[in-house]
Amino acid sequence: MITFEDVVKVYRGGATAVDHLSLELPTGKLTVLVGPSGCGKTTSLRMINRMIAPTSGRILIDGKDVAEQDEALLRRSIGYVIQHAGLFPHRTVLDNVATVPVLLGKTRREARNAAYELLERVGLSADFAKRYPAQLSGGQQQRVGVARALAADPPIMLMDEPFSAVDPVVRAQLHTEFLRLQQDLGKTIAMVTHDIDEAIKLGDHVAVLRTGGRLAQFATPRELLANPADDFVASFVGRDRGLRSLSFDSAAELPVRPVDGIELDEAGRPLGLPGVFTKGDSLRVVTDLVISSPGGIAVRVGPDGAADGQVSHHELADYLASRRR
Amino acid sequence: MNFSYLTDPAHWDLSATGSIPNLILSHLGYTCLALLFGALIALPVGLYIGHTGKGSFIAINAGNAGRSLPTLGLLMLMVTLLGLGLLPVLIALTVLVIPPILTSAYAGMRNVDQRVVDAARGMGMRPWQVLTRVELPMALPVMFGGFRNGALQVVATATVAAAVGLGGLGRLLIDGLAVNDYSRVLAGAIVVAALAVLVDLFLALIQRLVVSPGLKGS
Ligand SMILES: Nc1ncnc2c1ncn2[C@@H]1O[C@H](COP(=O)(O)OP(=O)(O)O)[C@@H](O)[C@H]1O
Ligand SMILES: [Mg+2]
Repeated sequence: MITFEDVVKVYRGGATAVDHLSLELPTGKLTVLVGPSGCGKTTSLRMINRMIAPTSGRILIDGKDVAEQDEALLRRSIGYVIQHAGLFPHRTVLDNVATVPVLLGKTRREARNAAYELLERVGLSADFAKRYPAQLSGGQQQRVGVARALAADPPIMLMDEPFSAVDPVVRAQLHTEFLRLQQDLGKTIAMVTHDIDEAIKLGDHVAVLRTGGRLAQFATPRELLANPADDFVASFVGRDRGLRSLSFDSAAELPVRPVDGIELDEAGRPLGLPGVFTKGDSLRVVTDLVISSPGGIAVRVGPDGAADGQVSHHELADYLASRRR
Repeated sequence: MNFSYLTDPAHWDLSATGSIPNLILSHLGYTCLALLFGALIALPVGLYIGHTGKGSFIAINAGNAGRSLPTLGLLMLMVTLLGLGLLPVLIALTVLVIPPILTSAYAGMRNVDQRVVDAARGMGMRPWQVLTRVELPMALPVMFGGFRNGALQVVATATVAAAVGLGGLGRLLIDGLAVNDYSRVLAGAIVVAALAVLVDLFLALIQRLVVSPGLKGS
């Protein structure tokens, strides 16, 4: 657990970057710090690994004040990923990944062997091992950055806008892979982004900061969409938050009627429909189908692809209304 | 043009004093010593200024001052102060190579991407490790540029040693002029030029060996 205790950071020159921040980042969870540019996200993150010293207040990791720990040893125990990956241009991909284990006293050979496995974990084949960072695309560099941060298997990871330098398609792909990785690893992660959609997609918890370095709200993504603490959070979260919040709700409980008037093939699969949903999909998917399908009807299918029910515009609206009560 | 001095095998006899190979060796000797002392002085200063950013004006002015200082004039001054001998020659040549080495060491360090340095610190490298494992290797291409520049200048200028009675390829120029033997002067000019090219090629080879391929094109 990472604890911010009434942390203040005032830079020389007078700018208050972080203003009395108290926050708990739970162990094994991904907490996203999000807010507009200049609101103190990076400053907050870098105080955790002592790249920046707080003006007042304390930061504790599992109850131990980071200020009392050896700077270099502390940093080696915390994975650190930055926006442009910050890879060492003069070292091969493999040696970049091996950096921290070598600092911790592993032989180069041991560290390199382990690095091969990590590259695979982040979706890079062994062919990349001997390349230099300049020979990689932005997305590949970012993967190497993540592998490098994971190399010493640190319990904590700090990630500063790790996915913002890549194009949206690659970013979405990295998100998916990263979530899968985190599911396996269960690291305590503090991630910074200015992109609220990214925060909602990735975070177990989201801390919204406002300009001036004050905490506006700390909540789960779902809670943030449903109950923004104030106008600032509401407008930062965006106008279609009602619709987006449906992506956290499963369609499993949604009542359906027997299929009627839908053309099916011999196996009972609907013919000529643009899309169908399953019990595992979210209500947002169903809503989208209902809106976009010609007859205002969404068809549910079972695991075998056979239609097992349908729901109309009105029925969905009634269901959503009933959940409110 | 008369190449007879250059092509006469008698002038290539290593055992004869004043033969071309002998002069090349002494010429290289002055060059290497000047580069060695120059590097010993200029590298630490340039790296320190580049690393800390303190005293940048020294690095910048050293470059300008060095370029405008006449080596022959400095040599004569040293000779009047210290008398004849190797020392005044080495001082003059060392002063010549300090500016390019110092300026390039400074520029090389300044050029290092600070985001990479930040990442190195963030991963838990201690200051000395950041310097030796990240900043220095990344500064090497620029530093080599300055060193090769200095080497070229000193190979060309070490001919002044002959002006104060020492050896080196300058002997061919000065003695040739003294006795109106233009074939000898031509031989001196050609060998100095060839030596400069060879020294640069040699340093280019070293550069290839020690500079990471990942830094190519930067
Ligand atoms: N080294 C610094 N010196 C002075 N002011 C700084 C420094 N770093 C950041 N700031 C200021 O502190 C505020 C917060 O910066 P930062 O933490 O980088 O914000 P964010 O990451 O949310 O964009 C900004 O107003 C910024 O200008
Ligand atoms: Mg930032």
